[in-house]
Amino acid sequence: MKNRSKSMKLLPYLLVAPAVMILTIFYIYPILYNVYLSFFTWNMRGPMKFAGLDNYIELFKGRDFLGTLSNTLLYMVMDVTLVMVLAMLLALFLQKNTFINRFIQTLSFTPNIISLISVSLIWMWLMNTDTGLFNYLLSLIGAGPVGWLTDKQVALFSLVLVSVWKSVGFNALIITSALGSIPAHLYEAAALDNASKQSVFFQITLKMISPTLFFLILMNIIGSFQVFETINIMTQGGPANATNTLIFSIYKQSFEYYRVGYAAAMAVVLMAIVGLITIFYFKALNRRVHYR
Amino acid sequence: MKTLIRAPGLVLRILISVLLIVIFLTPFYWMILTAFKTLGEVLAMPPKFWVESLQWQNFKDAFTRIDFLHYTRNSLIITLGTLIGQVLVVVPAAYAFARFDFKGKNWLFGTVLATMMIPGQLIFLPIFVMFAKSGLLNTYVSLIVPFIASGTAIFMLRQTFMQVPDSQLEAARLDNAREFKIIYTIMMPAAIPTLSTLALLTFIGTWNSYFFPLVWTTTDAVRTLPLGIQRLQDIEGLSPQIVMAGNMMLIVPILIVFVVARKQIIKAFTYMGVK
Repeated sequence: MKNRSKSMKLLPYLLVAPAVMILTIFYIYPILYNVYLSFFTWNMRGPMKFAGLDNYIELFKGRDFLGTLSNTLLYMVMDVTLVMVLAMLLALFLQKNTFINRFIQTLSFTPNIISLISVSLIWMWLMNTDTGLFNYLLSLIGAGPVGWLTDKQVALFSLVLVSVWKSVGFNALIITSALGSIPAHLYEAAALDNASKQSVFFQITLKMISPTLFFLILMNIIGSFQVFETINIMTQGGPANATNTLIFSIYKQSFEYYRVGYAAAMAVVLMAIVGLITIFYFKALNRRVHYR
Repeated sequence: MKTLIRAPGLVLRILISVLLIVIFLTPFYWMILTAFKTLGEVLAMPPKFWVESLQWQNFKDAFTRIDFLHYTRNSLIITLGTLIGQVLVVVPAAYAFARFDFKGKNWLFGTVLATMMIPGQLIFLPIFVMFAKSGLLNTYVSLIVPFIASGTAIFMLRQTFMQVPDSQLEAARLDNAREFKIIYTIMMPAAIPTLSTLALLTFIGTWNSYFFPLVWTTTDAVRTLPLGIQRLQDIEGLSPQIVMAGNMMLIVPILIVFVVARKQIIKAFTYMGVK
């Protein structure tokens, strides 16, 4: 009996050990190791050379990184704004639980479970300048042709379009479920007060689902910083670096130019940005909860 | 009278509905259509919105231009390996976090939750270096092990395990049942809906995974089907009908799973989105 209680004390540690070990080795440790790598120059073959802050100095002195950063931020702003606005409209449109609405909801969600490589290949074909469907449809109304992926003014926006098509259904789904959880008596009270449609929307609907909206905005921001697949398949960062974003740049610096330290420094900066946004989110969330 | 007033609204609703269906269906329709066209039809201007005769040859071509079976085998091994590994690692951990009190529990669980906020795309490089140094490059292990301890899975399963009534657990312990027996005869049966949800999410995620197989491998040895399809694009990019046929073969298994388990998949994604 005594033996059993002793082994019972050790048991929970044995049960969580494999999971915690894997998470530490593949999530926690790599973050630290990445910071370490960022202080060296190394081409993956020869010896590592300590470089101090050289990689970081080069990052902020060179034009490449700042261009990449501004592409990433531009992509993020366009992507998050479009996804959130369109998802909100879609969710409001699909609010009534009818057969056709459920069908559209499922249909709009489907791209979300399809591999990004498949989505990219399909859209690359649709956006082909000479033989693509989009430019043909534009030609019917006498417009175009647009260099969807070859015009440096347009290419980044084209990637945003693909991302919006892929994720708007998922975001709308989450917003729909948040809308469904708003207590009906709030609307009844507003109806008794003869409240206008706008004030009902802003004072009740938007307020009640704002935690969900903030969470989705955070997820979309972090997600848009990680955009990679569409770029690697559709544009390779071109034309003229117009779609060269951070993760793609880290990938290229690592595996094409073998500049491990420089790439690691870039990852550290991106990690800091994502970290700051996350901390800001939780701080804001805390304040809101206290406020209530 | 009422219907007269509603009529414009109804027409607008129908128009928007049709527009939405067109927006979300067209890319898929265009892929399927292209996959069955001849090269001549593909390049025809104005494009054809229907095909005269189905070109099954495109699928045969896609199948033979790349080593389709090799990539599919790798995808299946890695998907299956991740699924089995998750059950072996995540279930005991979730059980301990749900049902035991031990020193450092909050701290360890905090670590698990924190990893959910770390984007994997940001740390692929240090992990690649770790794999290269330990000789794990181009092995199945490198594409399976990092994904078998998912923070989301531990979190979801813990919530379910916490809902199993204490009385059931007490009875089993009085019978001197081994803890592993408790896990497999009480906890897991009670968590079947959550487990199957997790299995679906893992299947979708692993089958679609492109980034990690790309950055953590240097040869085709363990590369998966999405990378095979990209290779098809690289060598057959001038024959969109072959690329789209290959692409269809990548999408169809996922679509079948989606049609069969649509409700559960949507519920799972909703859960992840609002947690």
